[in-house]
Amino acid sequence: MTILRAIEVRKFFGAFCALDGVSLVIGEGEHVSIIGPNGAGKTTLVNVLTGLLRPSAGTVSFKGHDMDRLDPLRLSRLGMARSFQLVNIFPQLSVRETIAVAAISSLGMGGRAFAPLRNNRSVWEIVERVAGLFGLAGKLNQPARSLSQGDKKLLDVASAFALNPEIILLDEPTSGVSTAEKTTIMQVLVRAAKETGIKAIIQVEHDMDIVFGYSSRIIAVHNGKILADGTPEMIRARKDVMATVVGRP
Amino acid sequence: MSVASLNASLPATSRHGARLVYVVPLVGALIIAAFPYMAGPHYAILMFSAMGFAIALMGLNLLFGFTGLLSFGHAMFLAVGAYTAAYLTSAKMMTLEVILLTAAVAAVVVAVPIGLLCIRYVKIYFSMLTLAFSMLLYSFLFKFYPITGGDEGLRIRLPAPLLIDLSKLDTVTILTGPMYFYVFGMLVVLTFLMWRLTHSAFGLGLRAIRENEQKAQYLGVNVQRYRLLAFIIAGAYGALGGVIVAIPVGLAEPSLAYWVQSGNLVFMLLLGGYTNFFGPVLGAIVFIFFQDQLMSYTEYWRLTFGVLLAVVVIFFPNGLMGVVDLRRVWST
Repeated sequence: MTILRAIEVRKFFGAFCALDGVSLVIGEGEHVSIIGPNGAGKTTLVNVLTGLLRPSAGTVSFKGHDMDRLDPLRLSRLGMARSFQLVNIFPQLSVRETIAVAAISSLGMGGRAFAPLRNNRSVWEIVERVAGLFGLAGKLNQPARSLSQGDKKLLDVASAFALNPEIILLDEPTSGVSTAEKTTIMQVLVRAAKETGIKAIIQVEHDMDIVFGYSSRIIAVHNGKILADGTPEMIRARKDVMATVVGRP
Repeated sequence: MSVASLNASLPATSRHGARLVYVVPLVGALIIAAFPYMAGPHYAILMFSAMGFAIALMGLNLLFGFTGLLSFGHAMFLAVGAYTAAYLTSAKMMTLEVILLTAAVAAVVVAVPIGLLCIRYVKIYFSMLTLAFSMLLYSFLFKFYPITGGDEGLRIRLPAPLLIDLSKLDTVTILTGPMYFYVFGMLVVLTFLMWRLTHSAFGLGLRAIRENEQKAQYLGVNVQRYRLLAFIIAGAYGALGGVIVAIPVGLAEPSLAYWVQSGNLVFMLLLGGYTNFFGPVLGAIVFIFFQDQLMSYTEYWRLTFGVLLAVVVIFFPNGLMGVVDLRRVWST
């Protein structure tokens, strides 16, 4: 079943064409990695797919809804979550509070203006479960700003998971962390996706070991166009793609 | 998670500090309650005004401390409250509860259209827009003499709380007696309501917006709606404070909406500490009493205030409550 669809998407920044006629369909059960050299248009593609940027031409739809009519708030309610390339946290909030923000949204309790949050058992149950999945259970009271870079990345992704989304788009979830932390983050992420019933993951990634190790489908982007789209085996067999996008035959 | 287990997850020192954080405001409340018995009428009336400013400042702090929106025009709501009191008392409506309720409603009526425009902007743009609206109101109050009394303002007659007949008491006795305790009760109730608000799911949403608007939005927080609600609630608190501030003066005048008044409110907030829930209350009290003392000693009191503001911003960025924040002291 199709969750996300882009048809002939173009995105211009002035005269520069960042996306040039990109079409793709993301269905249930897929773990899609978007790869490509710097400046290929990967982040622009994710930003267009998540409604952060409006396409200059073409259409994007999420679960049949035209993205033009969806803002980030409605997207989150329809079941889309995302994380950003740079660590995106609430520095002064604790780990507990950060995950609680998403948990409150997923429970539709944001309008409760006078009910004490401390007594809200359902919110804290989600917080503890998600924190446990991402290995943050022991750091619940720590301010987000004081976490290690790897934990900040995990918290960023964990808060998106706490929304209980159907699809999650992750822009370089392992960038800026050590090699050991990269593997941990990916293992945690995949396990959490299984346990929370996420239907699809789209991930921008530079580390080819992670791309080929975890993805069910790879989309190679170059100069704003899709160069190749297929299973890891199919991409590996394309020498031209490997040379252009990965940098090695 | 239960409260007990949540408390249990805090370090022992933090729990100790957290308990003290409850004890210190309680002691502060007792001191304010007993103040008319401890100090003379002059100081009791000063405390009366300080409580009014504290109420208005709690609203301003909801906007700035919790939502990250610094209003340079919050004084406009003081004026809305004061002029509402003036109009109603001149129309022989002397019931304080009706005046307070009308002032809050008037503030909401003013805050909704202004808020809808202002919350689309952040940082200096929000500050400047609120300042512009405040000055617009000031100009209106100053120029439209037939409606507002112009620079002379409008007289506020002393209203009666809880339908009590106070006609046999003189003004000072009323302001340092029944009315004082009524306002103290208001301060306690409004502080409690603000505490509940800021410790709710809504309050957490506001803090998330303050920290990272974009992420908050992607986590399902309705940023514009939350900001507008915060602006409206802040306005209502401002108007309620305005009624109280204007009662001892007995006059609603345009200067209540002037930019200097808004600047004073920001000063009080910085002085008390916007990062602490009780900072606005402490800031209002210290400012009012310090101003009173300084004015009696020197005509250069504004200069002294300027130096004080510089010292606070540079050396105590968390204000006076930051210095005495026992939670931090104990947790370190």
